[in-house]
Amino acid sequence: MSFDIDVTVRLGEAVVGAVVPDDGLDSGLTVLFGPSGVGKSSVLNMVAGLLRPAAGHVRVGGATLFDSAAGIDVAVQDRRCGYVFQEPRLFPHRRVAANLRYGMARGTPPIGYDDMVALLGLAHLLDRWPATLSGGEAKRVAIGRALLSGARFLLMDEPLASLDRGRREEVMVAIERLRDTLRLPILYVTHDAAEAERLATRIVAM
Amino acid sequence: MTFDRGEWAIVLLSVKIGGVAMLAALPIAYALAWMLARGRFPGKVLLDGVVHLPLVLPPVVTGWLLLLAFAPNGPIGGWLENWFGVSVLFRWTGAAIAAAVMALPLMVRAIRLSIEGVDRRLESVARTLGAGRARVFWSVTAPLSLPGVLAGMVLGFARALGEFGATITFVSNVPGETATLPIAIYSALQVPGGEAGVVRLAGMSVALSLIALVLSEWLARRNGRSGHVL
Repeated sequence: MSFDIDVTVRLGEAVVGAVVPDDGLDSGLTVLFGPSGVGKSSVLNMVAGLLRPAAGHVRVGGATLFDSAAGIDVAVQDRRCGYVFQEPRLFPHRRVAANLRYGMARGTPPIGYDDMVALLGLAHLLDRWPATLSGGEAKRVAIGRALLSGARFLLMDEPLASLDRGRREEVMVAIERLRDTLRLPILYVTHDAAEAERLATRIVAM
Repeated sequence: MTFDRGEWAIVLLSVKIGGVAMLAALPIAYALAWMLARGRFPGKVLLDGVVHLPLVLPPVVTGWLLLLAFAPNGPIGGWLENWFGVSVLFRWTGAAIAAAVMALPLMVRAIRLSIEGVDRRLESVARTLGAGRARVFWSVTAPLSLPGVLAGMVLGFARALGEFGATITFVSNVPGETATLPIAIYSALQVPGGEAGVVRLAGMSVALSLIALVLSEWLARRNGRSGHVL
């Protein structure tokens, strides 16, 4: 069981919602695919707990994180969710190493710090300030930081947006490596068909 | 230019009063700035107004209101008298209270601006990484609002150092207790032949303000920031 999601929320005039049925697998990369502006990011925010759904449920790996009928709403910090936002959102006042270690207090990550640094190719960046990183480097740090926070699943919001071709390839390879080495469910938002095609274990349209 | 002992005492007293006032006002200013920047509650406009009152009121009026509040039969003064047997009237503590009240609005303004400038998306990231409210504050919000805190400290200290109207109304001009630099300069101007002392004390005021400014810029730089404090 990776993701089992059925949520709706009212945002101003619009009603945003999505259904991701349980696929019976315990890992893999689920692409949430749809055009810009249908509220894909809002769905991720609801899964992360940053936005409270009006109704529905969120279950990941068999654990219920939100259920309006049962009155369950796990706090953001307790959801063990690694969230890679569209922008890297690195802490500007912490060096790369300190950014990576920020969430490590929460629990055992699926992969150790040194292995993560090697997997994402971050060794030469550890002493740098986030402001000095390229877009692709910052994105890889953000992915590493999310994973090291003891995450039980990953949310990725258009992680390739705003990257040029070379950087896209670099980050895409990193994501494929994560998908194939770590047994973690990944929920991945994109509006790019080729990207969805290449990365997805399954595609859910929105 | 040499200072005599009396002049050094005035400078030290001013630094003590200004420093204590600024440091005592700092947590209050941060809490108020936080409420004004992030809070949603009825009466927010009123609180905003009250905080800014010392900035727009004639300082003499502020001093007089403090005098009413801290007089032995006043609401705060009576309480201090009954419980601790102390009075702040004609004391340096009273001068520090006046200076703190006058400095508060400037500190709140500077800190509020920088709290509003903190990217709240970074706080969301911290929460998804497992940080509870307290850790989000101490690891993200507080360090990122530090430039505003430093700016508020400089502005507050400078304002406290320059306080005149409210102080002289509230705690009078007592040499060695409440006669800070501006009050001592004013007194010296009233005395025939006091000009030399005025020049020295005024020069010291300029030096103190510059030191505070340079110190805070240095702190901001050391903290890994290239921006300016003010």
